[in-house]
Amino acid sequence: MRFPNDLKYTKEHEWAKIEGETVTIGITDHAQKALGDIVYVELPTVGRVLKQGETFGVVESIKAVSDLYAPVAGKILAVNAHLVEDPSLVNQDPHGRAWMLKIEMTDSHSTDLLIDSESYSNYVEKI
Amino acid sequence: MLKRTSLFGEHQKLGARLVDFGGWELPVQYAGIIDEHLNCRMNAGIFDVSHMGEIHVQGADSGSYLDFLVSNDVKNMSVGQAIYSVMCNLNGGAVDDLVIYRRAFDRFLVVVNASNTEKDFNHMVTVYNEYQYQWGDLQVTNESARYSQIAIQGPKSRSILSKITETALEKVKTYWFSEGVVLNNIPAIFARTGYTGEDGFEIYIDWNSGPEVWRALMEAGQTDGLRPCGLGARDTLRLEMKYPLYGNELTDETLPLEAGLGWVVKLNKADFIGRDRILEASQRGLNRKLIGFKLLEKGIPRHGYLIYNEEGTQRIGEVTSGSQSPSLNRAIGIGYVDIDSSKIGTKLTIEIRHNKYSAEVVATPFYKRPYAIS
Repeated sequence: MRFPNDLKYTKEHEWAKIEGETVTIGITDHAQKALGDIVYVELPTVGRVLKQGETFGVVESIKAVSDLYAPVAGKILAVNAHLVEDPSLVNQDPHGRAWMLKIEMTDSHSTDLLIDSESYSNYVEKI
Repeated sequence: MLKRTSLFGEHQKLGARLVDFGGWELPVQYAGIIDEHLNCRMNAGIFDVSHMGEIHVQGADSGSYLDFLVSNDVKNMSVGQAIYSVMCNLNGGAVDDLVIYRRAFDRFLVVVNASNTEKDFNHMVTVYNEYQYQWGDLQVTNESARYSQIAIQGPKSRSILSKITETALEKVKTYWFSEGVVLNNIPAIFARTGYTGEDGFEIYIDWNSGPEVWRALMEAGQTDGLRPCGLGARDTLRLEMKYPLYGNELTDETLPLEAGLGWVVKLNKADFIGRDRILEASQRGLNRKLIGFKLLEKGIPRHGYLIYNEEGTQRIGEVTSGSQSPSLNRAIGIGYVDIDSSKIGTKLTIEIRHNKYSAEVVATPFYKRPYAIS
């Protein structure tokens, strides 16, 4: 299982890549493995403003429906339309091509609640 | 403490993801549900179905007793034949759906859903006690703990199974079975039955022989692409065939006719439990019917979602099972709708998380196997 160092994580199994005020988010390798074959992704529209922890979409595997939670607060700049067309990208490349949203952070303190890769991998091992 | 089958150790070695399935710790998947599903349709899949219940019925009047218990015609079964049937309560509702194997004139094996085994067995004993005078001496025993059951399904299943038994499997027609031995004299029932829509066999052996037979099949099937399938693939395979799953499509309140199981309800045979109410309903006309539908937009229908009319203004039913179909690569579902909305081509809407998605009633099964069984 992969836990890239350049990403921050949440205990809800989202990752966040912080580049200045812009944050790219998706779900983790652990999450995609736990869910199994992803067959459906539902994402919000560009422009929507998300609170930290707010539900912004859904991923569905054959067996389960899971909500997606915003790791940081901000305005949605971009949505990965490819994912909606090919949900299996989440299984193939969760930290890369399966990015879900790009968010313009409105509150830079919202990254304080994120954990680093080491803490996240420790957390996952205990589940 | 969850119950485990004799194959628990095999599943662990194969890296299966184990889940609680009605009190049984069973594999939901090994490699992945979609791969397992497609491989079963293309090559063959092997399934641990040892959690299923096995009830023995023995005695001269077994045939007429079972004939009274279930909707299909048991009395006229030949030895070596299997039938699918519904066992109804007095209201005509489904106590369970099951498969009955006639092993001798006076001896039957009744295979029931794992979660219903206790209920079914109690029902069968109660019925026997209540009407005992009709049947004389009869033994009804729950033998579930004595069996391991392995299903091998898919176009290559017969050729794989034939590598570990001398039994002439090509002579076992669909919904018939043969008793023989597997490997070194392990007694086995080879039934040409299954829950996938593929050619295949369900193999009944004693509990202790489970792992040995499982491993032998895995090895025999290696070059033919045999791979293990978990409960996840079992569910999507049966969904594509619109085979009912007890608890979803069938409950104690479901009339078999509503579930599209009229073909196993023999209203012209001798009386059976629930017959009056089923006959009454069929004469009056059914209120609802189990239909198959495809979603016309992206989304996944699931158990419990509500079904509305095309305009989305009136609730007309409920989804009982739904998923992305691995074979068709589109979202499909089955559910009950008002009889007026059950015709093929009828437009529906499915409510998913407070939004309405267009759907259409389609012909079933959703999937048809592209080869003949030989």
